[in-house]
Amino acid sequence: MSVSQSSRLGIVFLAIAGVVTITFLAGVQAGLLVLIGIGFGLALQGFGFGFTGGWRRMIQARDPSGMLAQMALMVVASALALPLLAAFPEELVGAVAPISWSLIIGAFVFGIAMQLADGCGSGSLNKAGAGNIYSWAVMPSFIFGSFVGASHQPAWLSLGGPLDALAPDPSLGFSVNLLPAFGSTGAILVNVLICVMVGLVFFKMRAAATAHSGTPGSASGLASTVWNMPWLKAAAVIGILYAIHLAVAGQPWGIVYGLGLWGAKIAAGLGVNLADDAFWGVAPHAARLTEPVLWDITSLTNIGLLFGTMAASRWTNPDSAKNFLSARQWVIGLAAGLVLGYSARLAFGCNIGGFLGGVASASLHGWVWFAMAFLGSIFGVALRKRLGMG
Amino acid sequence: MTRLTSILLFWVVFVGLLVLDQSRFDKPRPEPPAVLMGSGIAASGGHCSGR
Repeated sequence: MSVSQSSRLGIVFLAIAGVVTITFLAGVQAGLLVLIGIGFGLALQGFGFGFTGGWRRMIQARDPSGMLAQMALMVVASALALPLLAAFPEELVGAVAPISWSLIIGAFVFGIAMQLADGCGSGSLNKAGAGNIYSWAVMPSFIFGSFVGASHQPAWLSLGGPLDALAPDPSLGFSVNLLPAFGSTGAILVNVLICVMVGLVFFKMRAAATAHSGTPGSASGLASTVWNMPWLKAAAVIGILYAIHLAVAGQPWGIVYGLGLWGAKIAAGLGVNLADDAFWGVAPHAARLTEPVLWDITSLTNIGLLFGTMAASRWTNPDSAKNFLSARQWVIGLAAGLVLGYSARLAFGCNIGGFLGGVASASLHGWVWFAMAFLGSIFGVALRKRLGMG
Repeated sequence: MTRLTSILLFWVVFVGLLVLDQSRFDKPRPEPPAVLMGSGIAASGGHCSGR
């Protein structure tokens, strides 16, 4: 038996042992959620699917392939999740949030930070699981930022939003849930329409860039490339897993809530009194500090995702090159992770909880999140250049 | 640090923290249904969207 085969057997054994242990400690649902998380990690790492790189390629090279794969993910997830949310309204809950100033500011800042951290919520976990050295700077501060951001979220929400005057009850903020208004079929069609429009805008931007540079290229050629690339398969797999997660957990896939909870638990363990905290001191979040992490839904999928990305990275590419972070990388990584976590809590989540969760729940805040975060990423990419990050 | 060292170090720290957290609680979990959909029980987990 080769070393590679024994490594792979070891990974499978560890996965089985981990899932069985967590099932024993926290129940069958917990075990299933870890398995789904492993699936997310395998798909993200195995297919090389990510948000940050796709956005950067669009901004820098006018390559829309990553963006189109993300739109495909939105369509698949919406098509599978919205009928479930409509059919089981008592048990399943979508990610619906108001269009608040905290969302607008938080998503914009998140877009900047994700380019400097070189990963969004899922991307940062993905890189940490795969052993990326930069994660040693990003992840601890990402967790701390999520904890502090959640703590400050109620204060940010008290600022209201630009459209609150249109809300039936302005104190609750202005949110738009297309599901009750249009039904699941109508809401899916609206999402498909938006995805097609976004895709066309990016195609046009590519065409304009191609015409400007004089490089020959065709829409059909690009479509063929996109269709054959692994990202599109990833979009299908992740979309299906997203719907399974919704059925099992009763809520959309999320990442940053779990990270904030880990930060809150570490803070409490270090003696910080969170009893009077505006977020962690009130129900239902306060109760989660009195329970094991293995009872928390987002923590379970995060654990699975970390393992899945590790498994996929070791399965195909067990490189052993030495890497070190410079002092400059440490500073940028720590700062970017902190801002990433903080802004994600203001924006009701990262690319997963805020963007994918919002869109696949037919909540308009998901598209607002995308617009603001992409705008922020344009600044983030420019900032990367100034900082010599390429 | 090699990538493998980074992975091993990460998992030692991470699993250590999980074990430490788990060891602080000895209460049995009021286990939710394996699949919430169709169970008649509403979702109650925390999520980034604010719940």
